[in-house]
Amino acid sequence: MTAVAAPPEAAAPTEPPVHKPSVRKRLVPYWLLLPGILWLLVFFVLPMVYQASTSVQTGSLEEGFKVTWHFQTYWDALTEYVPQFLRSLLYAGTATVLCLLLGYPLAYLIAFKAGRWRNLLLVLVIAPFFTSFLIRTLAWKTILADGGPVVAVLGKVGFLDVTSWLGVTEGDRVLATPLAVVCGLTYNFLPFMILPLYTSLERIDTRLHEAAGDLYARPATVFRKVTFPLSMPGVVSGTLLTFIPASGDYVNAELLGSADTRMIGNVIQSQYLRILDYPTAAALSFILMAIVLIMVTIYIRRAGTEDLV
Amino acid sequence: MRTPITWLRRNLVVIAGLGTLAYLILPNVVVTVFSFNNPTGRFNYAWQEFSLDAWKDPCGVADLCGSLSLSLQIAVWATIGATVLGTAIAFAMVRYRFRGRGTVNSLIFLPMAMPEIVMAASLLALFLNMGIQLGFWTILIAHIMFCLSFVVAAVKARVLSMDPRLEEAARDLYAGPAQTFLRVTLPIAAPGIAAGALLSFALSFDDFIITNFNSGNTVTFPMFVWGSAQRGTPVQINVIGTAMFVIAVLVVLAGQTIGNRRKKAQPK
Repeated sequence: MTAVAAPPEAAAPTEPPVHKPSVRKRLVPYWLLLPGILWLLVFFVLPMVYQASTSVQTGSLEEGFKVTWHFQTYWDALTEYVPQFLRSLLYAGTATVLCLLLGYPLAYLIAFKAGRWRNLLLVLVIAPFFTSFLIRTLAWKTILADGGPVVAVLGKVGFLDVTSWLGVTEGDRVLATPLAVVCGLTYNFLPFMILPLYTSLERIDTRLHEAAGDLYARPATVFRKVTFPLSMPGVVSGTLLTFIPASGDYVNAELLGSADTRMIGNVIQSQYLRILDYPTAAALSFILMAIVLIMVTIYIRRAGTEDLV
Repeated sequence: MRTPITWLRRNLVVIAGLGTLAYLILPNVVVTVFSFNNPTGRFNYAWQEFSLDAWKDPCGVADLCGSLSLSLQIAVWATIGATVLGTAIAFAMVRYRFRGRGTVNSLIFLPMAMPEIVMAASLLALFLNMGIQLGFWTILIAHIMFCLSFVVAAVKARVLSMDPRLEEAARDLYAGPAQTFLRVTLPIAAPGIAAGALLSFALSFDDFIITNFNSGNTVTFPMFVWGSAQRGTPVQINVIGTAMFVIAVLVVLAGQTIGNRRKKAQPK
């Protein structure tokens, strides 16, 4: 967790100016911090405490819930919803890899090859954001509709045979299958991958490419040895910005999936808002948070970059 | 000689990139086209015939425009709240030394590194336990909370890249602290503050997961769309989606044109 919270400005070149130690002046930063930090403490940290307390309560909606330190809820919740947890990680992981594979060429294109089209392409990447993401996700229902042109073409070229052999589609349907959910997740989080990738690619000095070429590196080698390593900060923050929200998402699974594609987000949502089993829901969301934080920490250590955001 | 295969290999990145762009844009095209549809059933998923009915009467569906104006109100207030609180934090973090810096940093970073559903669920746990009525205020509180970190990040980036000598120069020229701040610091930090505010507005306006948990019976625009996905999607949803898209693109293009003109007008 310390790695996640690594202060990005630690390496900043400019030291804050040293202020003369008059009491009034020394209090200035605290006054500036106070309202915002208080807000986060009351509406971000305190809720976590309440959720922790909720997760060890027992009781029912009619009789009320009481804290009984019933940690069994965690174990029960985890064992009961193993498939949904695994599915969430699998779908989010697949969507993240797909985002990287799809997003990298576009980020590369905008950074190095777009010339005077660069701004237009950037606007086109960001523009979809302005239409509510729920409306755009619903549009995938039309695009992937049974018997629609997209599904027909995918069936003709044998793509659906491969995917149903893999077990991610059924027959000639795409909607209500894992493929549709992953497709929606990939679509929804793609800009969060492209923008950090673009930012770190754009910073690369193109003379490095020329130098590598002068030293007889072939284009593929230039990419592998120069471009890709230099874009690692973008890759790391892009994958995090994709994986973290995707792992807790329930919108895509609800709108594009079926009962067999429910992710852990769907379970938490229905436990909290429909079944009203608050302790289980609270325990589930803590388990999700723990899994994500552990995975992210390991990933950042492995990727060896703490220079995020 | 250029064979098709070498051409393909040379332009592979361009082709792949444009393919991704098509994947990103396709849903918007569908949303726009289906805003002119005249569906037979309750759902607007299959093309029937061309019609301008929805465009002529965008508020023709009960509660649609009410939810839209509620979302706009919440977005405006959330933007103001998050921008004021976040800018203050960003200045404190860049310009001053104080104890507990690392803790403050983690506190700012964590909301961005957490699945939204975890924050949504824990806020609901707080409101339920305290017996607070869910509605406009709980939505606004939640939106300010998650927008705050993004404002801090945006403003901090801008203030960090600022030359501190400009402020020293102002002080040397006998500007008081207030004058220095208002006439030097704030104008230079303005683009960062504007970026943070815009981001807040977009995040708040389009937020679904946190709102879904903490809205009670209050219906924001995303909540309306979510509900209609179960009950039947009116064409008017597509009209509003298309209109927002067009307005936003026009604003961005206008901003760029003005920016370019200013650049040209500036003497070198």
